[in-house]
Amino acid sequence: MSQTPAPMLTRLDGPATEVSISRDLVRRGLIVAPVLVAICGVLWGLDGVWSSVYAIALVLVNFALAAAIVATTARISLGLMMGGVLFGYLIRLGLIFLAVFLVRDAAWISLPALGATIIVTHLGLLLWELKYVAISLAHPGLKPPAHPAKTARS
Amino acid sequence: MEAFSMLAQLTGDEEKAAQAASSAGFAYGLAAIGPGIGIGYLVGKSVEAMARQPEAAGMVRTTMFLGIAFTEALALIGFVVFILIGL
Repeated sequence: MSQTPAPMLTRLDGPATEVSISRDLVRRGLIVAPVLVAICGVLWGLDGVWSSVYAIALVLVNFALAAAIVATTARISLGLMMGGVLFGYLIRLGLIFLAVFLVRDAAWISLPALGATIIVTHLGLLLWELKYVAISLAHPGLKPPAHPAKTARS
Repeated sequence: MEAFSMLAQLTGDEEKAAQAASSAGFAYGLAAIGPGIGIGYLVGKSVEAMARQPEAAGMVRTTMFLGIAFTEALALIGFVVFILIGL
């Protein structure tokens, strides 16, 4: 019977995959940002534009912070990574609350636009990323080739 | 007791606003508990998997990170409900 190695002593020195995922999410987020901002501008006016920009920034910073916590703590130990993720979740929720609480009475904020953009950006980017990650993880042979023409010839 | 006597002195609109704020806080609290349990379970199992099979750590970390983000979406939805009805 195999024994599980102690998670407190195990550390991961390999490449931090979550950092590359988060970088990819930020890149995709910046691509779709003008579309979201335009939609919010049409629905809620100029306040909607500023609120959606703020919400997109919040979501992208949240992704980047989550990835940084996992990548940093995994290099030290898996036990610390678990603690880091759990306390990181609380800290990040607190930071989002603080970021919204500080601007809630500002003249340029539209809370419906802010809320809608937070949910749509977070879930939309994850689903978009999941499509590529799921293809490359579950069926490596199905991963889209970099040069389709060369692959077809060979 | 002092809080109850203060509540009794509120007018109709103030009472409604106080009820909305307390419901929003309650909803946000409930919405944050579920993802907290989910993330704890998910990361615990991932750590176990990575400790058993370090060669599969890259794949586990990728799915773990996406799982954390999806679970956190529930808390964000609760937060948005909170800011829309209570803030």
